[in-house]
Order: sequence, then C-alpha cells, then structure tokens
Amino acid sequence: MLTNLLLILVSSIFVNNFLLSRFLGECPFLGVSKQVETATGMSVAVVFVMTMTAAITYLINYYILVPFGLEYLQIIAFIVVIASLVQFVEMVIKKTSPTLYQALGIYLPLITTNCAVLGVALLNVQNPYNFIEAVVNGFGSSVGFAFALISYAGIRERLALAPIPKALEGFPSALIGAGLLSLGFLGFRGLV
Amino acid sequence: MIQEILYPLLVLGGMGLLFGAVLAYASQKFYVEVNPLQQKVRDALPGANDGGCGFASCDAYAQAVAEGRADINKCVVGGQAVAEALAAIMGTDAGTVKKRIARVMCKGTDNNAVKKYKYHGVKDCRAANALSGGDKECEFGCLGLGTCERVCPFDAIHVTAEGIAESDEEKCTGCGMCVDVCPKNVIQLIDISKRVIIFCNNHDKGKRVRQICKVGCIACSICVRQCPEKVITMDNDLAVINYDGCTNCGACIPRCPTKTILNLDEIISEVVAS
Repeated sequence: MLTNLLLILVSSIFVNNFLLSRFLGECPFLGVSKQVETATGMSVAVVFVMTMTAAITYLINYYILVPFGLEYLQIIAFIVVIASLVQFVEMVIKKTSPTLYQALGIYLPLITTNCAVLGVALLNVQNPYNFIEAVVNGFGSSVGFAFALISYAGIRERLALAPIPKALEGFPSALIGAGLLSLGFLGFRGLV
Repeated sequence: MIQEILYPLLVLGGMGLLFGAVLAYASQKFYVEVNPLQQKVRDALPGANDGGCGFASCDAYAQAVAEGRADINKCVVGGQAVAEALAAIMGTDAGTVKKRIARVMCKGTDNNAVKKYKYHGVKDCRAANALSGGDKECEFGCLGLGTCERVCPFDAIHVTAEGIAESDEEKCTGCGMCVDVCPKNVIQLIDISKRVIIFCNNHDKGKRVRQICKVGCIACSICVRQCPEKVITMDNDLAVINYDGCTNCGACIPRCPTKTILNLDEIISEVVAS
C-alpha cells in the first residue's frame, strides 16, 4: 500500500512531470519563471489548487457523476471546481500577500485555464486510483510542477546575468533552457 | 427523459450554488479595502495603458496618484483635461502637462541617403539592422521599414513615400513606444513647444557624412557659434540642442551648410502654402 503511494509520488514528480514530460501548463512555466520568488508563490498556489482539485473532483466524479450516469459532464464539472478554487486562492493571496498578488499578476487567474490542473483531474478518473491514491497523485504532480518551475526559475536568474549572444537574450535562451531541463528529466524515464 | 435533463441540471446547478456560496463567504472573509480615491482616479484616466506616465498601467498610475507618490500631470494621452480632472479629485493644482512629441531625427530620405545594398528581407527595421546595420550607408539613420509605425497604438507615426518615418504631431501622445522599438535610436521625445530641431543622428566625421548623405550633420560647428543662447554643442561630431534653453530663435538655421536644422513651423507653413 505504502510502496504503491510512494511509486505514484515518484512517478508524478519525476517521471511523468507535467511540465517537462507531458508538456502541460507551459504558460506559467515561461511566464512566472523569471524570479525564484514569484515562481515559489505560483508553485504554492498551484500545489494548493491541484491537490484540492484532485480530491474534490474525485469525490464529485465517483459520488455524483457516476451514480447519475453523467460522466459526460466531467470536463465542465471539473472546470467549475478549478475555477472556484482559483478564485478562492486569488482572494486569499490578495488578502495575505499583496506583493505576491502583484507579482503573479495575470498568471494567477490563468491557473483556471492551466491544462495541468485539468489534466490531473481527468487523468485521475481515467486511472483506477482510489481516493488516497488520487490525492497523492494530484499532490505529487503539483510538487513536480513546483520542482520544475522553481529550478527553471533558478536557471533563468543565472541566465539573466550570463553573457549570452544578443540574438539569444530573453525568450530564445529561456526556451533553449526549458528544452535542456526537459532533456534532463528524460533521464528519469524507466525509474518507475 | 425528464431525468436526462433534470439530473445534469441539478448536479451542475447544485455545484454552482455550493461553490458560489463558499466564494461569497470567502469574499467577505478576505475582503481587501480598496482606496476609494484610487478607484476615482482610475475612472478619470483614459485607460490607454501606454505607459507614457512612467507606470506599467493606468491602474498602477492611479494607485500612485491616490497614494501621493506621483504627480497628477503625467498622463500624456489625457493631456490637460485629465490633469484637471485628477486635480479636482486630489484637491491640488493641475499645473501644466508638458506634451512631448516623438521626432524622427533623420531626413535621410531615399534621395538624400546613399544605399549600400538592396534589402529584400522582412519589412522590419530590427531584422534589417541585423544585416550589417541596414541598407543605408549611414549607420545612424532611419531605415524606413515601419517597425515604429506598427507598434504605435495611436497611428501617429508613418513611413513617408521618401522612405523615412515621420510623426504626426496631432496624434502623437509621447508614449515613447516607437522610441523603445527603434533599433537605431533615431526617435526622440521632444517638448512640443520646441520647434527648431537638428534632424540628424549621425556621429560620423564630416567627410564621411558628405559621401553618404546630402542632409547629414557634418560637424562644422557653425550652428554652435551662431546660437545666441549657447545651447548647441558638439557631441561626437553631431550637433545637439539642449532643448531646455532653446528659444526657437532659429539663428542656427540659415548658416547650416547641409540644411540639417529645420524649423517645424516653417515646414508646416510651406506645406500649407503649397
């Protein structure tokens, strides 16, 4: 049981990393990765939203949608959950940390349309997970997201200071960096 | 039959109600006071979000004004009217808005400037500039491919038939977007009241300028000596006016051998006359 959970955790963080292996949720990955600080704030928000989404959508799917035979409403129902959660997180951040709220800017509401979050919800109901496994998978995926985002922000902070050719400054170097990081994660393939 | 409609309706409606209730509660619990002054200031601003005031957005400027961190006469798009509206809200004196206009410091038209090669690439000055500094022998001049024209949110700058950009005084708000995008740094923001302008950006030596452009500044320094206010100086073989002291007297204009210095009012009246 415990090994099973550990396997799910490792696989969702490293092997099936949403950003670098599944290529979902790239928008905040490129948008908020200029500073480690904002990347961390974004990551915490995503961890909360993703884990909660995994739990709530699991319950909604197996206790409401399946009994009524409404599986075809999965996407719209999950989106309602995600949108509400993001709205909630936005309110909390606005209240607790105005500076973080300013720094995240447009990317905070964009978690709503972050395909990684919806991806967690949809992949969870496709796999034969039980409730705990689904939550662990959601949590692991979000930690993997955070892991990739923050380490990438660290790379970009150093890249900003490095003497790179003028033509590669800014986005080109960011995209190349993202590609290299994703190649690095390729090394985890076959781990689980 | 009824169930096929009723159940989804109940399920989604119920979820909506439940989440709505939670969010309504949260919005009360986590309510953040917004300065009502800031809201008023924001409503008075034009909402162009062009950054001409030095802030990222109208919202940011409104916040700065409401907190007393920024002057009320910074909005160039709104001009005097908005400054007065903000003054009324903030209860201070409006002052005057210094309107600045983007000026393309080049008259190196296709007739005046010598080309070094035929450019057939993307119509973008930045792309052309990457190919050994563009197709003009003068490496400081306007390339005339209209990158500034495309970024201008106010349709205020256009490439003329002669192949250089010219700004439209009426439409230009002085937001500076063209200034930022120009790879040659040939566009400058100059106070609208300053009418005598040296339309050249070339720092080459006089002899070289003679070879490549009919209207370039050849660094002869005649204008420097002519200026009664002593506001013209030589900066690396280019005559530059310090506009703070310029009185538009035009004493520098008649003696300029290459006719690089122009009086805008005279150009405009000539155009009207013709």
